[in-house]
Amino acid sequence: MTASVQTDWKVIAFRLKDEEYALPVQYVRSIEKMQPITRVPGTPQYVKGVINLRGVVTPIIDLRERFGFAPEPYSEQTRIMIAALDDVEVGFIVDAANDVLDVPASSIEPPPEAVGAVEASYVSGVAKIGNRLLILLDLAKVLER
Amino acid sequence: MDMSQYLDLFIDESKDHLQTINERLLELEKSPDDVAIVNEIFRAAHTLKGMSATMGFEDLANLTHQMENVLDGLRNHRFSVTPELLDVIFEAVDHLEAMIVSIAEGGDGKRDVSETVSRLRQIERGETPEGPTGGGAPSSEHAYGEFEYHVLQQAQEQGFSVYEIRVRLRQDCLLKAARVYMVFERLNEAGEIVKSTPSVDLLEEEQFDQEFLVTVVSKVPADELQKQLMSISEVEQVEIAAATVGERTEAAGEKAAPEPLGVAAAEQAAAQAEAEAPEKTPAKQAAKTIRVNIERLDRLMNLFEELVVDRGRLEQISRDLNHAELTETVERMSRISSDLQTIILNMRMVPVETVFNRFPRMVRQLARDLGKKVRLEVIGAETELDRTVIDEIGDPLVHLIRNALDHGIEAPDVRMAHGKPEEGLVQLRAYHSGNHVFIEIEDDGAGISREKVLQKAIKRGIVSPEAAAQLTDQQIYGLIFAPGFSTAEQVSDISGRGVGLDVVKSTIESLGGAVTVDSEPGKGSLFSIQLPLTLSIISVLLVQIAEETYAIPLSSIIETALVKKEEIFSTHNQPVIDFRGKIVPLVRLKEVFDVPRASDDGEAVAAVIVRKGEKLAALAVDSFIGQQEVVLKSLGNYLSSVFAISGATILGDGRVALIIDCNALVK
Repeated sequence: MTASVQTDWKVIAFRLKDEEYALPVQYVRSIEKMQPITRVPGTPQYVKGVINLRGVVTPIIDLRERFGFAPEPYSEQTRIMIAALDDVEVGFIVDAANDVLDVPASSIEPPPEAVGAVEASYVSGVAKIGNRLLILLDLAKVLER
Repeated sequence: MDMSQYLDLFIDESKDHLQTINERLLELEKSPDDVAIVNEIFRAAHTLKGMSATMGFEDLANLTHQMENVLDGLRNHRFSVTPELLDVIFEAVDHLEAMIVSIAEGGDGKRDVSETVSRLRQIERGETPEGPTGGGAPSSEHAYGEFEYHVLQQAQEQGFSVYEIRVRLRQDCLLKAARVYMVFERLNEAGEIVKSTPSVDLLEEEQFDQEFLVTVVSKVPADELQKQLMSISEVEQVEIAAATVGERTEAAGEKAAPEPLGVAAAEQAAAQAEAEAPEKTPAKQAAKTIRVNIERLDRLMNLFEELVVDRGRLEQISRDLNHAELTETVERMSRISSDLQTIILNMRMVPVETVFNRFPRMVRQLARDLGKKVRLEVIGAETELDRTVIDEIGDPLVHLIRNALDHGIEAPDVRMAHGKPEEGLVQLRAYHSGNHVFIEIEDDGAGISREKVLQKAIKRGIVSPEAAAQLTDQQIYGLIFAPGFSTAEQVSDISGRGVGLDVVKSTIESLGGAVTVDSEPGKGSLFSIQLPLTLSIISVLLVQIAEETYAIPLSSIIETALVKKEEIFSTHNQPVIDFRGKIVPLVRLKEVFDVPRASDDGEAVAAVIVRKGEKLAALAVDSFIGQQEVVLKSLGNYLSSVFAISGATILGDGRVALIIDCNALVK
């Protein structure tokens, strides 16, 4: 997920708390509505459990809790964003998944010291599009234990 | 030419041929005089050579060619089968296997085999005894067909000399095909070319390294011929050997031409063939098979698993609705899908042979390395197991067999001193029993010393001396599977350094199986592995804990019980129950799994008695839901190891239930 040869990025933008985040579209498999989650004992707090995603048992991570934000009750807007890196497939609970955006490579800047509330290590860059500020996530880092 | 489309086929078939060669070589070692076996090896090697040359794997073709030459010598009784000779051939086969593996993994199949090749050549030349007719001339390096043989014989009778000419082109030769052409033209002027190795076609396509071999009949003297050939540019070396062609030995008659048949004879043969035909046809039909890519079978299995999930859902709906016609239809569908399940599972069954067939080689090599004499007997190699199990079972078996050879079978002199036959026996057995497959490894070696095991186990702190006194023989033998245990007096690199047997145990348990050991000192040991027939669809008991549903594999369950509150005791802060006279620890799953909103025990506790080997545990749950066939699914790579959870399954209502790993809960 380094800003390498790719000139323009296509990203999925989603909301967490009051900030906008983005994940390159090639890592996103699908976006699902909330559904019953089976708790898995003995896993970190942010792992909410597993769901049945069309026959595949898929682990679910609450991104709010992963980033140390206060948990909030799920709403009508809450979505599960299924992301895959190599052979690891997980679902992220996000407050809302907004849209697909084109991010010109020129608008991407390296992460500043502190980006919003998220630890800078999860962030691969920030992009400014119009008056929106997108925080680009480093999926590999997010998936690290 | 683009060969990639044939590559998979090539790799598959090459593996088959190498397996044949391996097996036959071992047979040959037992009965060195059986020419039929040599012929079979020769044919397999020959096909392999042809295929690899066509595919452009030159190293592979060359090595096979050298091997073939030696085999041909064996076939013609030019030299006899010795262990040393077989060692070199085995070495060559090892190289060939490595090349095929390299090709299969996308490599170019290149490998430095010069040492083996030169050793093969040494055998081929150095150990070559006199030719069959004793004419004093070196006998042929070529394998001649019947026709060529006649030509050579006739030529000899007519006063022609037979030369075998080895021509070597220079390393930097650019137009190999052109030089070959020139050599051939020169030879054709001097006489007649009877045979060339590689064949002319291959030579013209430059399918050879630097060397080729030509057999010529000519009246020109050898030195004259040599001079003529050396004058061709880029020819580096020419070796000419006068060959004498003797009577074709019967043994060489692999492709012996049939006697010319008279009309009557032909008719008779035809009639005979007709008479035999009806008998043969049914046998042929019975063996009709097709090769199917394993991926397709996996996909079929996955789709069927989906169907099983939906079947569960339909069964639940029809129970809820209680509609007679619907219930009947669903039941019918369930029956059909169970039949389908049996068929699909059977299709994925593979004979354990695929794992067993590498053991004879391994045992042979190990026995030689250890200086022991060992015979391996394989029984029930046709027993079938699910492919997923087959894939996992190889390493544990290798370990147990190594163990049997290293620690079990004694050195020949020790065996003699104990009045046993010098040659040790290791038996590898596989058989079906109920819903399980058993694989047993039995040796007639020294057995396990109860005292030594106990001493070591106490020394290593695996058991306390007090506890040790209580153990049965079986339990003591079981200690050798404990982590960090080794009874070998000398550490050898054959069966590891005591890191092995516990790995064997955990691998087999992760497959849902069990391994036990029994032994009689001085008589030998028996390792017995019990495996489930399949890993993907299992029967479970669904249980409820507060609001959560869990599945417990039926294979671990002994029975279920309702335990009254006053029947639960406490020893060392551990709740226990009295189950048929045995004290069994009670494991409260709601505590182990930290289940939210769990209530306290009521007047009675629902308990599932589960077993791991000899040990029992009672798992306390809130209530039993019922028994169901479910599809075992993994939790995905992100959650690779969760304590006491072996996987998950999808229930009839589409929700996920976790499958409990009883092995982790029984202490």
